[in-house]
Amino acid sequence: MSEITSQYLIDHFNFWVAVVLMMIGLYAMITKNNLIKKLIGMSIFQTAIILFYVSAGVKEGATIPILEHHVAETEQVEAGEHAEGHSTTKASSSHEVHAINPDDYSNPLPHVLMLTAIVVGVATLGVALAVSQVIYKNYGTLEEDEILAKIKAAENDG
Amino acid sequence: MKWVGLIAVIFTGGLLLSAMDDFPNWGDAHSPANASPVSQYYIEKTIEDSGVPNMVTAVLADYRGYDTMFETVVVLIAGIAIMAILRVMNGVPGGARPSPAHEIGDQHDIIIGTTCRLLIPVLQLFALYVIAHGHHSPGGGFQGGVILGASFILTAIAKGLDPALERLPEKRYVKLAFVGVVIYSGFGVACLLLGENFLDYGVLQVLLPTIDAAEARSHSMLGVEVGVAFTVSAIMFAIYANLASKGELEGGL
Repeated sequence: MSEITSQYLIDHFNFWVAVVLMMIGLYAMITKNNLIKKLIGMSIFQTAIILFYVSAGVKEGATIPILEHHVAETEQVEAGEHAEGHSTTKASSSHEVHAINPDDYSNPLPHVLMLTAIVVGVATLGVALAVSQVIYKNYGTLEEDEILAKIKAAENDG
Repeated sequence: MKWVGLIAVIFTGGLLLSAMDDFPNWGDAHSPANASPVSQYYIEKTIEDSGVPNMVTAVLADYRGYDTMFETVVVLIAGIAIMAILRVMNGVPGGARPSPAHEIGDQHDIIIGTTCRLLIPVLQLFALYVIAHGHHSPGGGFQGGVILGASFILTAIAKGLDPALERLPEKRYVKLAFVGVVIYSGFGVACLLLGENFLDYGVLQVLLPTIDAAEARSHSMLGVEVGVAFTVSAIMFAIYANLASKGELEGGL
């Protein structure tokens, strides 16, 4: 039992949380009647995706993907440290080249992707809120069924 | 209707949860995402290629420069879209439309006013630090830009929208937003003119006060981060100002 718990829950806890958050967000987007609640669902969904990506980039015992200045300048290359034997001994003119073990730093790529995704998410959320404001101005409500009813009534009149 | 949605959600979630066993374990350094040669290259070669210790900024502004540039354009377009959707032009300059919210904004609360007067300069200074130091410590154009935009939003919340718009009028923030994208793409075009690929900063060593191509990349990253910060801060404030005043840019919340 404990082995199964560990295998399915503990080792993938962040992914569980991401999937559950995604389900909550998706449910809100599909079933909620109020447009603002749909947007809240969209934001929750977005949070789930961000959590998923950042979780995928975590390495146990690794630090943030920023090299320390003094470490970077004093650490010496130990040849053959890497299994693949990267030739890192080539020194550029101004920067000493060092053996950097990729396992010591968490994966920078998901962080980059999510960094831009967060800001663009805020901007697109702003557009969505602007559209909701205009809808409210024109129809006097943000409930989806009432808006649809008003559109239908307007069509029948015209 | 709700049942259909619930079934769809449970089906999607169940599908993902049933695949959970195949997901990499938490903190696994050798999961496909972490062991990919791309990610390893970024970690190992960033300092050699550009001399920038912050790999996130290096990937953001250099290796994936196209992506970031067009993300900035997306932010700009989102801001323009909000203005196009909401902005109300009432013909009369300064539009003489008295609103009750306007008068509420004029009542100064001494605690809020004093706190903001103390807080906003520190916020803005910190934002500039985050932008300028973004390639050596956690930070960068997006983060610093958001902090800078937040300082103007704080002014608007605390003192009303009109004092904030006096400091950053609509004409100025629209210009700033465009200047940011122009700065970013300007670095790319400068590379083109010097005979290299778009956004291949190494060739800019003849233009910037640097001694080698790696340092030119480092300096160019700072330049494009400044561009990103311009656009992001201007658009963040534009979003708030337009949403808070229903596009009338007066009175506010």
